Amino acid sequence: MGAIFYISAAVAVAATVGVITRYNAVHALLYLIVSLLAISLIFYILGAPLAAALEAIIYAGAIMVLFIFVIMILNLGPQAVRRERSWLKPRMWVGPAALALILAGELVYLLESGPAGAQAGTASVGPEPVGATLFGPYLLGVELASLLLLAGLVGAFHLGRRETGEETAGEQEIQTGVAKAEGAAVEEPGAALGGE
Amino acid sequence: MAQVPMDYGLALAAALFVLGLAGVIVRRNVIFILLSIEIMMNASGLAFIVAGSRWRQPDGQLMFIFILTMAAVEVSLGLALVLRLYHRLKTLDIDRADRMRG
Amino acid sequence: MFGLLFLIPLIPFAGFAVLALGGRGLSPRGLAAVGAGSVGLSALLSLVIGADFLLAPPPGHVYSQTLWTWMRVGGFAPGISFYLDALSLVMILVISVVSFLIHLYSTSFMTGEEGYRRFFAYMNLFVGSMLTLVLADNLVLLYLGWEGVGLCSYLLIGFWYKDPVNGRAARKAFIVTRVGDTAMAIALFLLFTSLGTLRIPDLLRLAALHWQAGSGVAVAAALLLLGGAVGKSAQLPLQTWLPDAMAGPTPVSALIHAATMVTAGVYLIARTNEIFILAPDVRLLVGAVGAVTLLLAGFSALTQHDIKRVLAYSTISQIGYMFLALGVGAWSAAIFHFMTHAFFKALLFLGAGVVIQGLGQEHDLFRMGGLRKELPVAFWTFLIGSASLSALPLITAGFYSKDLILWDAWSSRSGSPWLWAAGIAGAFLTSVYTFRMVFLTFFGRRRGEKVSKKPGMSMHVPLVALAVLSIIGGFIELPGVPVLSNFLGHALPALAQAGSAGMELVFELIAAAASLGGIYVAYHFFLRRPERAEALAESAGGRLLHRWWFAGWGFDWIYGKAIVAPYALFARVAGREAFDLVSTGLAGLAAAINRLLARSQTGRVRWYAGAIAAGAIIILALVATS
Repeated sequence: MGAIFYISAAVAVAATVGVITRYNAVHALLYLIVSLLAISLIFYILGAPLAAALEAIIYAGAIMVLFIFVIMILNLGPQAVRRERSWLKPRMWVGPAALALILAGELVYLLESGPAGAQAGTASVGPEPVGATLFGPYLLGVELASLLLLAGLVGAFHLGRRETGEETAGEQEIQTGVAKAEGAAVEEPGAALGGE
Repeated sequence: MAQVPMDYGLALAAALFVLGLAGVIVRRNVIFILLSIEIMMNASGLAFIVAGSRWRQPDGQLMFIFILTMAAVEVSLGLALVLRLYHRLKTLDIDRADRMRG
Repeated sequence: MFGLLFLIPLIPFAGFAVLALGGRGLSPRGLAAVGAGSVGLSALLSLVIGADFLLAPPPGHVYSQTLWTWMRVGGFAPGISFYLDALSLVMILVISVVSFLIHLYSTSFMTGEEGYRRFFAYMNLFVGSMLTLVLADNLVLLYLGWEGVGLCSYLLIGFWYKDPVNGRAARKAFIVTRVGDTAMAIALFLLFTSLGTLRIPDLLRLAALHWQAGSGVAVAAALLLLGGAVGKSAQLPLQTWLPDAMAGPTPVSALIHAATMVTAGVYLIARTNEIFILAPDVRLLVGAVGAVTLLLAGFSALTQHDIKRVLAYSTISQIGYMFLALGVGAWSAAIFHFMTHAFFKALLFLGAGVVIQGLGQEHDLFRMGGLRKELPVAFWTFLIGSASLSALPLITAGFYSKDLILWDAWSSRSGSPWLWAAGIAGAFLTSVYTFRMVFLTFFGRRRGEKVSKKPGMSMHVPLVALAVLSIIGGFIELPGVPVLSNFLGHALPALAQAGSAGMELVFELIAAAASLGGIYVAYHFFLRRPERAEALAESAGGRLLHRWWFAGWGFDWIYGKAIVAPYALFARVAGREAFDLVSTGLAGLAAAINRLLARSQTGRVRWYAGAIAAGAIIILALVATS
């Protein structure tokens, strides 16, 4: 059984590497879904079946689907792939890779220097204790989470609204804005914001 | 249920987190940046689950639920903003949005 | 009558005050009346007091009058005191009479000028200061008059201030004489700390008592006084300001830069004669300075074509004669020459003024010519003045005074044949350049415009009066009948001489020959065969010499390079306010650091994310290592 953990861990890491290195957005997305499913499996192995289920349903099922919708809306075609290719020269990886490796090293070091020998996954904690704790001591958190969801709902609704009149006028400003941005140096942030 | 040393779980979380961070820094397309942020959040959720499993308490999963909630909200708002950005700049290149320079 | 002595300088000062404060309401006639009238009153008073002095001299031939004590500091208590003796009497007579004639001339010369009131105010202030200078009983009051005439010289040279050239000339005059004035101030300090008083009669007495002949302090004091005299009198090496001072109106040039202010140095040395007697080397230096200057200026005068600059260099040269006389101990001869020079030089300047105004501000000799028919009075008086300057034998005052100096240079115990030779050469040169000027201006064919403005009576009267004085002024000191020297002997030491009357006659003949020879040379080269002069000037050597002498032997160029340029450079460097770097440097540093750090604000999200990652790394490192 322990082997499954290591295999899943390997799959997750490999898939994640795939996510960040793909040129095509949909491919990256699919890799991410694989990674999430692998992690969902890990959750189950570690005795958190509720988390495993939620990970698969909400994270991989809802959030990623939302991503897919947006990518479809944006209609990124082969030219986007070419652009990504041009942006991701190997030379670009040096800095971020270095930062990532150093950070990883530090985290591992800190982990190792702590007290050793703790085991995880020794028991399974089912949905019932989770629910009880959720609506018990963490009740305030639940309310806050619901507020957060409400805010997200309202925000998404507002941001996604299409206002025809303002939009076209805004479009013209965009043209000049883009032209200026592509032109040369720094613009006056104040003037630009006032124009919008 | 398998017994796994906690350190290994946390190391896995660290690795995933760091990969997500690298993705944020290196990619120019804003969709990919959001994806990388998702990776990072997922990794931190994994860390919580591992810790909760070590102590055999539901608190880890609870935190994971909260993180999930937050991720959902963040993604929806983030993608809405991406769409807005795309309307304004006609491009998904995040480097174009540098009006705060200087 | 002597009690009115203080009025002599006071009345011109009062005139200045009236013109400066209340003159706005006066008509030009009124202004002229106040301006010329105050000096006239002063002249009248001088004549009256002079007559009184001659007929009923006060005890010891000295009259002293103290108005009040100026200040009392420690042991130093100079007073506003006036001192009338033979020397100062001669000075005030010449100064006030000549000044009055020039003021009278100016009432007509300066009509229509917009600064009419200002002109007369400054002129009155000048006359008051000059009279204070010569009547001063102590060196502090003398210095007051000294500075006053310097100030008025500056104000009057730059009278037409709207043209920056005039301002520059005025500044140059002031700054160059300032060098001399500083030396003189140090001399005053030295004299006071050494002898404890600055009252002139006491000073001279104490110096003779306490100082050894040739001692360091005497030499130092004498040198410093010489420095002051050299500045004011435009002798080597401070002579560069006088030719440029001709930028002022012609009456100013006549009064200040010919007859009076520039002779203040001569007066100073004559007054403090004891100090120079106690430093024989410095006295010899005085003579040498005079000799060299008179030759240098003579050569320069030969090449000028601005009529006023010829006269300016001529003034420098003639004052060189006075210094020469002082250097050999012929104190009275120097004062005699001062007197005759005041007459004929003022006359020449006033005459030049008539010509300049008549031709519409034309100064160039080579654009004049043939004016003797059109300006007859000016011509005859100018001719008389020139004759006097050239020391035409027997009939001119200049002959007697210059001749006396030449004879004294040879025959004095402290004289020298070299000084005499320089004097004779100078006399020859004087005749040449003077009559060059006369022939070019009044003879020959007319090269320039027609005369547009003829002078009136108030300009003719001073010209005629000065011409008369230029002739008869010499008769008070004939060889064998030294009336003036005897009179001045009450105030000045006598000259120790070695020479017989026969020798004197020979020397007079030589001097006469030099003078006449010079006139003939000028006639030949500038009237009969002017092409010969041109040929000489065009030759290779001639051209070089001409340029060099025209520029006053290059002194301006030397001073410009050696003194002015380094000082201007220093001013520019210091003007950049190096000490402000302490504050501006910090501000600049802060701004530079700001610019440097602002480059980290790229506005790019990925960059900021990377920065967060780096920050996290650092913090974790700190946590890990603590």
